[in-house]
Amino acid sequence: MKFTSVFDIIGPVMIGPSSSHTAGAARIGRVARDLFGRQPKWVKIHLYGSFAETYRGHGTDVAIIGGLLDFDTFDERIKTAFEHAEKAGLEYEFIPETANTEHPNTARLVFGDDEGEMSIVGISIGGGKIEVSEVNGFKLRLTGGMPAILVVHDDRAGCIANVANCLAMHNVNIGHMEVSRIERGLTALMVIEIDQNIEDKVLQQISLIPHITKVSKINN
Amino acid sequence: MEVLFHNVRELVERAEREEKLISELMIEQEMLISGRTREEIIQQMDQNLTVMEEAVERGLKGVQSVTGLTGGDAVLIQNYIAQGKSLSGDLLLDAVSKAVATNEVNAAMGTICATPTAGSAGVVPGTLFAVKNKLNPTREQMIRYLFTSGAFGFVVANNASISGAAGGCQAEVGSAAGMAAAAIVEMAGGTPQQCSEAFAITLKNMLGLVCDPVAGLVEVPCVKRNAMGAANSLVAADMALAGVTSRIPCDEVIGAMYRIGQSMSPNLKETARGGLAATPTGKAISNAILNNGDLQSILKAGSAIE
Repeated sequence: MKFTSVFDIIGPVMIGPSSSHTAGAARIGRVARDLFGRQPKWVKIHLYGSFAETYRGHGTDVAIIGGLLDFDTFDERIKTAFEHAEKAGLEYEFIPETANTEHPNTARLVFGDDEGEMSIVGISIGGGKIEVSEVNGFKLRLTGGMPAILVVHDDRAGCIANVANCLAMHNVNIGHMEVSRIERGLTALMVIEIDQNIEDKVLQQISLIPHITKVSKINN
Repeated sequence: MEVLFHNVRELVERAEREEKLISELMIEQEMLISGRTREEIIQQMDQNLTVMEEAVERGLKGVQSVTGLTGGDAVLIQNYIAQGKSLSGDLLLDAVSKAVATNEVNAAMGTICATPTAGSAGVVPGTLFAVKNKLNPTREQMIRYLFTSGAFGFVVANNASISGAAGGCQAEVGSAAGMAAAAIVEMAGGTPQQCSEAFAITLKNMLGLVCDPVAGLVEVPCVKRNAMGAANSLVAADMALAGVTSRIPCDEVIGAMYRIGQSMSPNLKETARGGLAATPTGKAISNAILNNGDLQSILKAGSAIE
């Protein structure tokens, strides 16, 4: 079930003109920032399908940049996000692509700063609702509608159990979980959707578990 | 995930069995899924209602979009109503003008509440604030209107689509109009089954509607599609309240909408490559906007063809 809340239908409150191309785009930008854990210094935004054809008229460009600057869907600053990006030291480039994607409203964001870089693929599925289908090349299904944590780890026995144990100790219930890896024995990714937001100290504890390389969370 | 209804049939059957309003089942399901209290949920919807009210008010004062392509029509229609000459009826035209007002604000990058999307955000509030003058609902009943709309939209979003890029305009304004029709029926005292009939009658008459925005902007024809969506929903609500039923069950109409959307050419799904966007005037407008050309002279001439 892709839409779980009545507020997915009657909502979001947002700056026009398009829920999928403006509000959804802002949310994709904001999820990227959340996953990175800070504002990136540069970003390359590849747009596919309807995004590529109509991004200027819909304000998809300012919305994604607004999201990367941590603006919500109803933040009036979205309209002038390019000016805010300049002040915040965020360089951006938009690249309309012609390749066909599974969903017509797809964006691939590659971004980073002096300390690292990252990529995500976001899909705007309608009404402002989004899914994240890829992080750093890992395929996944993340609705963005629930709080979630992402754990990058070595592909070793016991990693998943240790993280689950840590969450259980803090009484955090797991709603949905996916595990994927690029190659056996190398880097793997855990995506855990949880029922409530968790405190930073829990994330810190998870990051101390052996073979865990990076932990980030998406708040909602 | 446990939900109270997966489709319209389950929604109506449960409402009849438990003798509850459809809006009530939507509230209960939201409590079940989110774990939030009734008060929190109602308060959030109350805030959304306020956003809708403010958008209509702003639009009725007159706004212009960034491009200048849309704006001011809500005011024209209100002035016409005030002259007492309307043929289709004051309430219907009032709904039309308030739907237009909302979408004109949306096109001007103003603040709106998506219902179910921004491009189709005019229909539900437009009809609500027009019907309000006749039915004199309480604030609580107005909030319920949004939950009833939400219940039907929830079913469509999960069983078909509410995205123009995925299903064409029938998925956006078609869904919005059906949602509004069902909510009007509940507010007017109709049964849950009549809500379902009103939804089915409305969507049946918007099947096949393509998404062909000129220059890819949520302006032409989106604003006027919201106007007609509002009119469609009021007429269908009246038909359902009169006892007219749909021969094709509501869920099957939704299924048909989904399959029509699947078979629609990508040119007609929010890519601005077909339909009105591909007409000579549509292309000329697009060219003028994207290349900083003389849009005003095209609009003044009323056509791109000499």
